[in-house]
Amino acid sequence: MSDFTPTEMMTIAAARALSNDDVCFVGIGAPSAACNVARLTHAPDITLIYESGTVGTKPDVLPLSIGDGELCDTALFTVSVPEMFRYWLQGGRITTGFLGGAQIDRFANLNTTVVGPYDHPKVRLPGGGGAPEIASNCGRIFITMALSKRGFVEKLPFITSMGHGEGGNHRERLGMKTKGPTRVITDLCILEPDPQTKELTVVSIHPGVTREQIVENCGWTIKFADQVIETPPPTALELTTLRDINARTKKAHQGNKEAA
Amino acid sequence: MAKIVSLAEAVGDNVRDGDTVAMEGFTHLIPYAAGHEVIRQGRKDLYLVRMTPDILYDQLIGVGAARGMKFSWGGNPGVGSLHRFRDAVENQWPRPIEIEEHSHAAMANAYEAGAANLPFATLRGYIGADLPKVNPNIKSVTCPFTGEVLAAVPAIRPDVTIIHAQRADRKGNVLIEGIVGVQKEAVLAAKRSIVTVEEIVDELDPPSPNSLVLPSWAVTSVAHVPGGAFPSYAHGYYPRSNAFYIGWDEIARDRDSFTAWIKQNVLEAKPEDFAKHAGNKPAKAA
Repeated sequence: MSDFTPTEMMTIAAARALSNDDVCFVGIGAPSAACNVARLTHAPDITLIYESGTVGTKPDVLPLSIGDGELCDTALFTVSVPEMFRYWLQGGRITTGFLGGAQIDRFANLNTTVVGPYDHPKVRLPGGGGAPEIASNCGRIFITMALSKRGFVEKLPFITSMGHGEGGNHRERLGMKTKGPTRVITDLCILEPDPQTKELTVVSIHPGVTREQIVENCGWTIKFADQVIETPPPTALELTTLRDINARTKKAHQGNKEAA
Repeated sequence: MAKIVSLAEAVGDNVRDGDTVAMEGFTHLIPYAAGHEVIRQGRKDLYLVRMTPDILYDQLIGVGAARGMKFSWGGNPGVGSLHRFRDAVENQWPRPIEIEEHSHAAMANAYEAGAANLPFATLRGYIGADLPKVNPNIKSVTCPFTGEVLAAVPAIRPDVTIIHAQRADRKGNVLIEGIVGVQKEAVLAAKRSIVTVEEIVDELDPPSPNSLVLPSWAVTSVAHVPGGAFPSYAHGYYPRSNAFYIGWDEIARDRDSFTAWIKQNVLEAKPEDFAKHAGNKPAKAA
């Protein structure tokens, strides 16, 4: 397939990062789309968990909120929010956390709290929600967000959830045993932390995208790995699956009585 | 034993100026009708607690009912910002608001500690995050057995917790189904509680021995308010109005359109107006 948007490529590349064996804590928005495309294509048995307490959910339309009725209706079971965070997340049962964010830095730390000083913010964002503990307690973290100078910044005004901190072995030094962010999927390319420095490095470029575009859209001087591959384009099945679920979702959310 | 009363009486009896008030419901079963009654009765200087302050707290903040808020995620889910909340934090309109910000895990643990009558909660949380730098109520505690340093936050002990549930029986026993959030913990952590319900039935008839039931003797007041969670939803009764959540963005963006909306839909409205949202689905939860 050659006719696809950068956002579609991003979602599909993100979906490919997941496997059938994953137990995945799903963030709302782009992560939720990616996780459900994975479930509807190559990973039918993936366990999707939303922080509202729904475990093993199989939504037919993408939820607008983290607790839409669709998630509970299609879940294997639903637990309370304290149980979700204590037993399942802190208990170490989640292999993969899938997050989005407003801003990210070169060590995959995320900000969804404020732009500007905390006490007198220029922009007050929603805040961390589950992210601070998702980032530390899941086995590994995938992040998906569009590459832009506003989003990929040299220095975060606020660290809502820690990725690799100051880089290197910072997570280990703070006593964390989980891997942290292992992949960042954007609309132009895929980034992975350098094995030593943990700085995000371009490892795969989406079809039709140039290195210059990537450099221009990143707020820091972005590095490329020695071996950079081209991301395989979306297959017909991947694209159809994504477009179908997006169409169902749009219809459901704009309806009234039918919008569950 | 819970008293079964009108919503106006329940709010009048239990919510006082200056109270710490938790209105809970994690996307599901958000007590909108009760929150509107709090606005209509002109309660002020409230300290609001809620994990996910969404449109309901945007409304309470926008009318100036809140002096402060403890929360962990303040947005319109899947849509964007809470404009009234942002206006209060960024421009102090209509009044300044003191905020105490946590993560979901910490808030959930803090409610549980409140329900368990403990002074604080501990969790493996906030590692490498900036919130402890700006929130003095996030501290640490050292495990006396392993030496591990863990995060500690104070228990949440509201003066009054307000929730919405599917149904109650005539004695005031309450059944909650679906995404149950932190409602049980929030009610048990509070000094007083109000539960609004979709219906009041002769027999509660919980579907499983493990159903989530709040017994009458653990609840202060129960009020029958069908549709009272709209535009949130009641599992088995009516769906979430995602269209309303999307539409709120435009209403709340502007101070005048917000104020006009509150006048028409809250100040000049009644709890019974929510009934039109209740739908005609069978009583048994899906």
